[in-house]
Amino acid sequence: MLAYITRRLFYAIPILIGVNLITFALFFVVNTPDNIARLQLGVKNVTPEAIQKWKANHGYDKPLLYNENKTGREALTETIFYTKSVRLFVFDFGLSDEGRDISHDISQRMWPSLAIAIPSLIVGLLVNISLSMLLAFFRGTYIDVSGVITGVVLISISALFYIIGGQYIMSKLWHLVPISGYSEGIAGFKFLILPVIIAVVGGVGSGTRWYRTIFLEEINKDYVRTARAKGLSELKVLFRHILKNAMIPILTGVVVIIPLLFMGSLLTESFFGIPGLGSYTIDAIHAQDFAIVRAMVFLGSVLYIIGLILTDISYTLVDPRIRLA
Amino acid sequence: MNTAENTIAWWQVVPSILWTDWLVYILLIAIGVFVFHARKHEHLRAPWRHILRRRLAMSSCIILLAFATIGLLDSVHFRQAVDVREDGSLRYSNESVSLFDQLVLPLKKNTEKTYSAPFATHLYSKENIELADGSVIRDYPLLKYGGAHLTDSSLGMSEDIQARIITASWQAALSVVLIVLALASWQAVKRKQQLGCVLLRMWRGEKEGVPWKTVFTTLGCIVLLIYLSKELATVYHVFGTDKVGQDVFYLTLKSIRTGLVIGTLTTLIMLPFAIMLGIMAGYFRGWIDDVIQYIYTTLSSIPSVLLIVAAVLMIQVLIDNNPDAFTTLQQRADVKLLALCFILGITSWTGLCRLLRGESLKLRESDYIQAAQAFGVSNFKIITRHILPNVMHIVLILVVLDFSGLVLAEAVLSYVGVGVDPSMISWGNMINGARLEMAREPIVWWSLMAAFIFMLLLVLTANLFADAVRDAFDPRLRK
Repeated sequence: MLAYITRRLFYAIPILIGVNLITFALFFVVNTPDNIARLQLGVKNVTPEAIQKWKANHGYDKPLLYNENKTGREALTETIFYTKSVRLFVFDFGLSDEGRDISHDISQRMWPSLAIAIPSLIVGLLVNISLSMLLAFFRGTYIDVSGVITGVVLISISALFYIIGGQYIMSKLWHLVPISGYSEGIAGFKFLILPVIIAVVGGVGSGTRWYRTIFLEEINKDYVRTARAKGLSELKVLFRHILKNAMIPILTGVVVIIPLLFMGSLLTESFFGIPGLGSYTIDAIHAQDFAIVRAMVFLGSVLYIIGLILTDISYTLVDPRIRLA
Repeated sequence: MNTAENTIAWWQVVPSILWTDWLVYILLIAIGVFVFHARKHEHLRAPWRHILRRRLAMSSCIILLAFATIGLLDSVHFRQAVDVREDGSLRYSNESVSLFDQLVLPLKKNTEKTYSAPFATHLYSKENIELADGSVIRDYPLLKYGGAHLTDSSLGMSEDIQARIITASWQAALSVVLIVLALASWQAVKRKQQLGCVLLRMWRGEKEGVPWKTVFTTLGCIVLLIYLSKELATVYHVFGTDKVGQDVFYLTLKSIRTGLVIGTLTTLIMLPFAIMLGIMAGYFRGWIDDVIQYIYTTLSSIPSVLLIVAAVLMIQVLIDNNPDAFTTLQQRADVKLLALCFILGITSWTGLCRLLRGESLKLRESDYIQAAQAFGVSNFKIITRHILPNVMHIVLILVVLDFSGLVLAEAVLSYVGVGVDPSMISWGNMINGARLEMAREPIVWWSLMAAFIFMLLLVLTANLFADAVRDAFDPRLRK
C-alpha cells in the first residue's frame, strides 16, 4: 500500500510539470512580462525604467525558458519558468502581481470556502441518496417516472437561475436570510443557509439520476433475489442489503471531489460575496492577476491528483477483493 | 438618398460569411452525408427508427429542428446595399446582417429609449413630457412602437390582443390542416394506400409506428407560436425591452445561434483529436499509449474552469495586441466565439478519449480484428474499417450528452466574464446584464425570464433527445 502511494506520488511529478508547462505557455507566450508590467503599473506610470524595476521586483527580469548568458546548469535554472515553477512545487506561491502574499491569502480564504462546500456536500449526499432510494423503491410506477422527469427538468435549468431565483425568493420576498455576505463564527451561520440550499437544489437533479441507476443496477443482482427468497420485506432488502452495496460506487465517486472542495465554487462565492478561494480566483481573473491564477491552477491540479489517489485507496478499503500493486 | 432607397431592394447584397458560419455549413454537410449514408444501411437506420417512434423523443427532435432552423437562418450573413454611387455601382453597408435579421426586421428595428415591461405601452422610467399647450409634466412617456397602433384605433389593449390571438389561432389551425394533409398524402403515395385510410391510421396510432399525433401536436404548437409572434411581436414588445431599448424577444431569438454554435462546434472541433488519439492509444498500446495517456491526464488534471479562464484571458490579450487583424466588432466577437469553442473542446475531449481507448483495447483482441491482422491488413485500414464503425455509437452518445452541458456552460462563463464577447448577443450576456437590475423597484424581470425560458426549452429538449439516443445506441441498455 505504502509503496503504491509513493509510486503514485512520483507519477504525479511529470504530470505537474506538464501542467506547469501548459499554464506557462498560456500565460507567457502570448503575454510577455512587459505586458504584465504595463498592465499592473497603469497607464500613467509606464516608463522603461519603471517596467524594468517592476520586473526585477517580481522576478520577471530573466529569459523565459533558456538563458543564453549563463552556462551549464544555470542556463536552465536562471529563467522565469524554472524559478516560478520550482517555487510552486514546494507550495511557495510568492507574491501576487499586486504585491500580496498568495500563500497567506489562500490559507485565509480556504475556510469560508470549506464552510460552504462541506455542508453542501454532506446535505446534498443525504438528500440525493434518500431521493434516489425512494425512486428505486417505487421503480416502474408513476412516482418513479415523474421523479425521473423532474430530474431532467432540474438538470436543464441553469445554475444561474437557481442562485438568482433563490436570492430573490428567500431574501427579497420572504426576508428569511441575508441576500449575501459572510462573517466568522456562529454569526456566519445565517449567511451559509441560502448558498447551501441552492447548492443542494442545484445538484439534486444530476445526483438523484446517477444514484438511481446505481441502485437499480444493484436491485437486479443475485444476492438481492436471495434476500427476497429468504422472505425479507422489500424495505429490509433495500436498507440492509442494497444500500450497503450501493454505497461503494457512491462513496468512491465522492472521494475524488473531496480535495477539490478547498477550491470553493466560483459562482456561489461571487454571487453571495463570500471571501473564499472561488471569489479570490474570480477577482484575480477580473484584475488579470496572472500570479494568482497560476497558483490556483497548480493548486487545483495537485488536489485533483490527490483525489485520484484517494479514490484508489478507498476502493481497497471498501472492497477487500481489490489489491493495489 | 430617398431615390436610392427606393431603388435598392433588401436582397441586393454581398455575402459576408463569418468563421463560425463556415463551420456551421461544414457541420450541416457532415450531417447530410451521414444521413445519406445511414439511409442505405439497415443497422444504422434501426436505432434512429427506434428513437423516432418514442413520443417524447420525436417531439423533442421536432423542437430541436425548429431551434436549428432559426440558428441556420441566423448563420447566413451578408452586407446590404445602402447607396448607389455616381457610376451606378452599389455601396454596401459595413454591418453584416443575417437572413434571420431580415425575417424579423420589425423586431430588430423597433427600439425604444430604455426598459419597458412586456406588452407595455409606456416606458419604464418617467421623463419630462412637453404637452401641446407648452406646459411640462413628469410622466411615463408613450412607447414609440410598443402598442403605438392603439392610439388611432378604437380597440382597448386587451381586446386588441384577443383579436390578434384569434387571428393567429385560425391561421395556425389552417396551416396545421394543410401540414396534416400534405404529410398524409405523402404517406399515401409512399404506401400506395387511400388518403382516408392513412388519415385513419394516423389518428388511431400504431404500436410500432411513427407517433403521428405527437408530430402534429408539436408542429401545431410551433406553427401557433410563429403566427402569434407574427401578430403580437410586431406591434408589442412581448418580452419587453432592455436597457438600451432593444426588443428582448429579438435578443433571445438571436441568442439561439450562439447557444447552438457553442453546443455543436465545440464537439465538432474536438472530435477528430479525441477519436484519433483514443483509438491510437488503445490499438497500438506501448509508448504511443503512454504518451497519449500522459497528455490527457495532464489536461484533465487542470480544473477545467481555470484552464478556460486562463486561455480566454490570453486570447483577449492576443486580440487586444493585434487590433488590425479584425476589421469589425462583429468579426472580433466571432473569432472570440470560435476561440471559446476551441478551449471548451480542449477541456472536454479527454473523457471521450479515455472511453475510446478502453473500447479499442477491448476491440483489438476480438477475433475479427485478429483475423484481419493475420491477413496482413494494414493498421490504417483496420482502424478505419473495423474499429471506427464499432466505436461510433460511443461518440454519438457523448456528443448529444455534451450538447446541453455546453449550452449551460456558456451562460456561466459569460457571467464569470470569460464567455463570449460582451457585444455578442447570448443568453449568458442577457442574464449578466439583467442580474444587475434585480435591485430596481419595480423589478426588471423580463429579460432574465426570457433568457431562462428559452434556455430551458433548448436544454430540456436536448436532454430528452439525448436520453433517447443513449437508450437506442447503448447496447447494454437495449432490451
